[in-house]
Amino acid sequence: MSTPVISIRGVGKRYQLGDGAAHDTLRDHLSAGFRRLLRREKKERPVSEHWALRDVSFDVNEGEVVGIIGHNGAGKSTLLKILSQISEPTEGEIHVRGRIASLLEVGTGFHPELSGRENIFLNGAILGMTRAETRARFDDIVAFAEVEKFLETPVKRYSSGMYVRLAFAVAAHLDPEILVVDEVLAVGDASFQAKCLSKMGDVAQHGGRTILFVSHNLQALRSLCPRSVLLKNGRLVESGDTASVLNTYLATDSGLQTIHRWPDAELPGNDEIRLLSVRALDEHGNNSGVFSTSNRICVDLEFDCRAVLPTLTLGFDLKTAEGETIFRSYQTDQAPADQPALCLGRQIWRCEIPAGLLNFGTYLVCPRVNRQNHYLIYEGPAAVRFDCVLDHGVSPFWHKLKSRADRAGMISPILRWAEISSPPHG
Amino acid sequence: MSHHRAERILRPSRGLISLKLGELWRFRELLGLLAWRDILVRYKQTYLGVAWAVLQPVLTMAVFAVVFGRLANLDAWGAPYALLVFAGLLPWQFFANALSESSNSLVASARILSKVYFPRLIIPISSVLSGIVDLVIATAVLLVIMPFYGAPFRPHLLLLPLFFLAAALPAFAAGVWFSALNVKYRDVRYIVPFITRIGIYATPVGFLWQPLIEAKAAESPALAAQFQWLLHINPLVGPIDGFRWCVLGDRFAPWWPGFWMSIGLMLLVLFTGLIYFRQVEKNFADIV
Repeated sequence: MSTPVISIRGVGKRYQLGDGAAHDTLRDHLSAGFRRLLRREKKERPVSEHWALRDVSFDVNEGEVVGIIGHNGAGKSTLLKILSQISEPTEGEIHVRGRIASLLEVGTGFHPELSGRENIFLNGAILGMTRAETRARFDDIVAFAEVEKFLETPVKRYSSGMYVRLAFAVAAHLDPEILVVDEVLAVGDASFQAKCLSKMGDVAQHGGRTILFVSHNLQALRSLCPRSVLLKNGRLVESGDTASVLNTYLATDSGLQTIHRWPDAELPGNDEIRLLSVRALDEHGNNSGVFSTSNRICVDLEFDCRAVLPTLTLGFDLKTAEGETIFRSYQTDQAPADQPALCLGRQIWRCEIPAGLLNFGTYLVCPRVNRQNHYLIYEGPAAVRFDCVLDHGVSPFWHKLKSRADRAGMISPILRWAEISSPPHG
Repeated sequence: MSHHRAERILRPSRGLISLKLGELWRFRELLGLLAWRDILVRYKQTYLGVAWAVLQPVLTMAVFAVVFGRLANLDAWGAPYALLVFAGLLPWQFFANALSESSNSLVASARILSKVYFPRLIIPISSVLSGIVDLVIATAVLLVIMPFYGAPFRPHLLLLPLFFLAAALPAFAAGVWFSALNVKYRDVRYIVPFITRIGIYATPVGFLWQPLIEAKAAESPALAAQFQWLLHINPLVGPIDGFRWCVLGDRFAPWWPGFWMSIGLMLLVLFTGLIYFRQVEKNFADIV
């Protein structure tokens, strides 16, 4: 039986907001103090408080790699800060067995005026290595960072790539029993990122190290962490198998509508066909409205058919939030043999948007019904809307993408590239 | 194997006096490295570097010797005025530099402090330590110029390190207070330069206080005695007298009751400062 190396018991962190007694200057503070003394006023009470973390409990066993997931403001950073001893919990306690090191940033304490060599020792010490330990790993660090020739150069003259490589190299050679890592992997150029990720994987799988890993990178979480905990609004929502926790995570964000059911009186269509509902969900049945692009997304159209019309065409336009059409799809696009059979009564047709196609962003589904070559029956506004999180990338370069701002385009397919001839010489 | 490991408990700290001085010892290597960094950076960044550490006290000495010694013609008890000023300047400048560096140190390191844990006290301590190099250089200058003024090397010079410590105590005590206050109150950074600018005149750096008290004693001994106690509330008076005693001779010896009173006072300031520091440290990452 393994004892937990970290046990977190009822941990909470309270921040005071709009503290009425806070003064920015010592002068204000002192004069307010004197005024209170003279008038015998009571000390003003803080206006409101905010629990960034509340009643969080979980254990981490030796050698486990645990992911911490949550939307912005869920309390991930606060939990990391408490684990790293940067701030104290307001309540509860954490038992830690073993040497803990935290990596909330690479290159903490690097000084631009100092040389690469000097910064390695300084940064090592800041991260908790003794000088002897740093010396023992010095050659490995230098080799990993590929900065042999520039060891005596002040790091202010380094290119940003070199700087980041050196910074990560020091951090990667830390050798604690417990490692707390924030999203620091999204650094450097593509090949170096791949190197960082594989180093992380190495440490996780073969190092027998206990690791707590916070990331928005679903793919990295999936590949590195067998177990995850999900935080929401400062509370622990779920803890367990990463795949299922990720599903809950994707399901917790909403405000997006993935099911649209028309009221009976307003069913779009005519006497021959009426649309009943439209919904979007992913291949696992998750209909949270936030889909990962590595899953297929299903668009289901439910309708009631009163007459079997051979030319009935059912489909939708997929649009961006700005209203631009990305593509249109009808069931009649396919070969006749592959088309779903139309029958009388209520039925649901499903269209699958393939995995690995969409980009980050919000997408709208606008249903359309018509009689081919005859007339339009219904051309609707957006019935459902959903968000996509791009995570079908296989390139290490894609790990740092966080929004459509990082990769232009309404879609983001991975296309095939090949060399077809050598460049002509001369 | 896991049960051999030390278990640490992170929980809300209670009580006033959990100073965690043991933690400080555990991180002594980092303390040394940070002080080394400050020193390295200071001398790398300035072309004059070491020359500056020599020039600053020498030029100040020249100005003070002319203003107080020649123009104001104050009593130096027969000692070379320049040497008297220089002996006073050493502890004073160490104190003033250490105070201004350390009071700003926490805020300047906010970025590191919000990313990595170590006892925060290391930051102001290391900035006090980094001033020692300047002090050592200036002391070397003192030893070089002593023969020119015909001052003999007395065995008392071996006591100089003790008076360094006596000057470091108030620097450290004030540094702990101001660095922590600076985190919470923005106007503290304006108070510290004011203290060092006024302090150099309010402290007997450029003159001897003893003749002034003696003159007062001729009128009213009781009042003079009170003044003498009051004067020693200034924590730099003792160390400065100590330096002069070592360099100039026995007549300049510190007034020991006042000396010890001010050491005791500073220990109290340091202790309360450490408690206040701990209070701020707890939430430092949340404030900055």
